[in-house]
Amino acid sequence: MSMDLYSYLGLSAMLFAIGVVGVLVRRNVIILFMCIELMLNSVNLTLAAFSSYLGDQTGQVLVFFVMAVAAAEAAVGLAIVISLFRNKQTVNIDEINILKW
Amino acid sequence: MTVELILFYLFGSVAIGTALAMILQRNPVVSALLLVGNFFCIAGLYLLLQQQFLAVIQIVVYTGAIMVLVIFVIMLLNLGDEQRLMERINFWQSIGVALVVGFLAEMVYILMFRGRSGAHTAIHPEAGSLGTVEAIGNALFTRFLLPFEVTSLLLLVAIVGAVILAKRRVQ
Repeated sequence: MSMDLYSYLGLSAMLFAIGVVGVLVRRNVIILFMCIELMLNSVNLTLAAFSSYLGDQTGQVLVFFVMAVAAAEAAVGLAIVISLFRNKQTVNIDEINILKW
Repeated sequence: MTVELILFYLFGSVAIGTALAMILQRNPVVSALLLVGNFFCIAGLYLLLQQQFLAVIQIVVYTGAIMVLVIFVIMLLNLGDEQRLMERINFWQSIGVALVVGFLAEMVYILMFRGRSGAHTAIHPEAGSLGTVEAIGNALFTRFLLPFEVTSLLLLVAIVGAVILAKRRVQ
């Protein structure tokens, strides 16, 4: 019994599912944000596992780009949260419905 | 091999535990700190996969930059505890959670019991030499030069966008 590629894939599937459940049940925008980071990380783990087990470097380079995109997303997303909070005094997504028609 | 197995189960179980605790925790600051623990576990898993560079930038970029930004915003907005989970979860949310759990069970069943073909049981022998800073830098500046430059443009746009969005209106 040793860990193979499928152990890593199963672990990242579990982490991804936890992230999705978090997005479904939580209402705080910043927590939703952290759940999205968790999902990005689980996909990164999948890419890294494939890269190691197949001996191909492309997966690791892709993880690098995903991290860059996550950093950009965090900066812009948190700026949006701050300006929303300034206008509505809340970060609860049930009360933020200005885009609803 | 057994040490690696023990480390895999240790990091994996702590990663799942901190992730679950993160979505169940009502205090946002504690939630963020639990996510930091999760990122450290994933960095450990990268080390088990013999990818030194990814493990280091996981800690530097995620816990060092992104999570510090998140904690900074939580403290700036001075957020209190959320309402209790059980008091506000509604019918459609519980349907969604049930669907996700069913999908996860399906995926784990297929991966663990059906998909296991006996191949890919050990890390590729060349994996250790592919994960060094030298090898990744070589790939980034030759094969992936254009995506690398586009990433720098993306970061520039993100900086400008964040400043424009977060600054107060000037009259």
